[in-house]
Amino acid sequence: MSIRTTTTIKTRLVVLLAGTALAVTGCTSNTPTAAETPIPAGEAVTMTDAWVKAAEEGMSAAFGELANTSDQDVTVISARTAASSMLELHETVENDAGEMMMRQIEGGFVIPAGGALTLEPGGNHIMLMNLTAPLKAGEDVTFTLTLMDESTFEFTAPVKDYSGANETYEGDMDMDDMDMEMGSDN
Amino acid sequence: MDAPGTSRRSAGSTRRQFLLGGAVVGVGAAAAIGIDYALTHTTTPASPPSVPLNGAEVVPFHGAHQAGIDTDAQAHATFIGIDLHADVVRDGLRRMMRILTDDAARLTQGIPALADSEPELAHAPARLTITFGFGPGFVTRAGGPRPTWLGPLPPFAIDRLQPEFSDGDLLLQVASDDPLTVAHATRMLLKDTRSFGTVRWTQHGFRHAHGTFAPGTTMRNLFGQVDGTTNPTPGTTDFDTVVWATSGWLTDGTSAVIRRTHMNLDKWDRLDRPGREQSVGRTLSNGAPLTGNNERDEPDFAATTAIGFPVIPEFSHIRRARSDNPIERIFRRGYNYDHSPPDGQISDSGLIFVSFQADVDTQFTPIQQRLAELDLLNEWTTPIGSAVFAIPPGCDQGGYIGDTLLS
Repeated sequence: MSIRTTTTIKTRLVVLLAGTALAVTGCTSNTPTAAETPIPAGEAVTMTDAWVKAAEEGMSAAFGELANTSDQDVTVISARTAASSMLELHETVENDAGEMMMRQIEGGFVIPAGGALTLEPGGNHIMLMNLTAPLKAGEDVTFTLTLMDESTFEFTAPVKDYSGANETYEGDMDMDDMDMEMGSDN
Repeated sequence: MDAPGTSRRSAGSTRRQFLLGGAVVGVGAAAAIGIDYALTHTTTPASPPSVPLNGAEVVPFHGAHQAGIDTDAQAHATFIGIDLHADVVRDGLRRMMRILTDDAARLTQGIPALADSEPELAHAPARLTITFGFGPGFVTRAGGPRPTWLGPLPPFAIDRLQPEFSDGDLLLQVASDDPLTVAHATRMLLKDTRSFGTVRWTQHGFRHAHGTFAPGTTMRNLFGQVDGTTNPTPGTTDFDTVVWATSGWLTDGTSAVIRRTHMNLDKWDRLDRPGREQSVGRTLSNGAPLTGNNERDEPDFAATTAIGFPVIPEFSHIRRARSDNPIERIFRRGYNYDHSPPDGQISDSGLIFVSFQADVDTQFTPIQQRLAELDLLNEWTTPIGSAVFAIPPGCDQGGYIGDTLLS
């Protein structure tokens, strides 16, 4: 499979985006402004209903609902796991041809203050690009997310058999079961 | 399972709660109101019903015993026997049971399973229970001590067993008052079983619909007979003694005998009402013994007719099933089946006989032996499938079904 990543996350961009999100939230939040020392973002994040798609080799994806209990937006910058040598944070977007394509999200996942971000097939997900071993149904996989303040959050997800989550990867030329999804950025 | 993915939440409301939780900004608020309206609009009837809908009724999953045994029998049930793949050993069994337990813990509470591709079908459990049983092959692969009774029953002269309705390594019993819920839960469980085994047999059964009769009413089979009167009552010491095992990894578990019994309705049609009542020893009108007036009256096997014959014939079903040995008792929880008839016939009907007992050899087999030797009902009934499973105990929130065997 030829996988071509579209971008590499630029740290400066992440900081910029996180700052913007904070400003927006600050205008409209009902929470009174508190002058407390901000807690590490990793302590404000929760993950529920996490799971990973079973796969023999190659790629897989992780899903679940990330929530943010703090009054500031939290940005997930990167993810790592022993199950894959390379992970990306993906979004699914419509391309110029009206097709839904997945691609690495610029600036990472933003979990809104006091809100949640759903990772689901056909939407945002954590992409395992290069499995180090087969992911067998019923195993547990531990992930570590790095957040914008460099704190981390760890969660464990069971592996489940799942026939969906076959999103076309932007730039992917080799998906056998997709015929119309030639990458648009070549 | 102890994975974070098992955290509980109320069905279907998480996203709405988040959206209304004060975190919505600007134009998002309008969108959130739209979503909230769409959700409540589709789930709330125009005028609320005066009684809670049965679809919302939930049977607890976690506990000392698995649900679906002492649970008042739901209207619909699907039984599935699964053959394990050759390469599945102890580690695979553990992985499978953790996944299936998590599915069951969610679905029975009205929560979609993880990776449930039809989550909306999970929102009305209607007393859904999912019960797991282990066949001899499962226990052997797990390396656990195998109960002496766990294996095929001894052959009975009346048996015409078909492999496609017999044996199996893993049992799934999926029961609910809503057949759509049964179908969805079954499909979800089987999707998660595919890596570990193949479906050997499937049996669909039904009773009267929910709401037709008061809970606890003894069921009727397709012969029209009241079927199951002498069952011990769940919640009593008597029931506990009959049903729950008390030693080893099976403590608080039990055993299940599932026998598919074909009922020849065409032949039964030729038998008139007195003959039908004599064959079983009970009246058809209310199930009372032929010596009594009410269903629960104790039969008087000594009573004789004016010319000296027993009122309840020696060859009747209840006379042959009854033992003087108090150990020889079982708890029945069967279902009717009624499928498409073969060419030239008008019915293919019968009973999915299901019984739970602490020990098959000492409780079930002597009864079946007596019935096989002499029971007038054998004229109209034929066992065509037979399987025995060990039903492990329930589990708590951190555990999984089978953990007493596999951990």
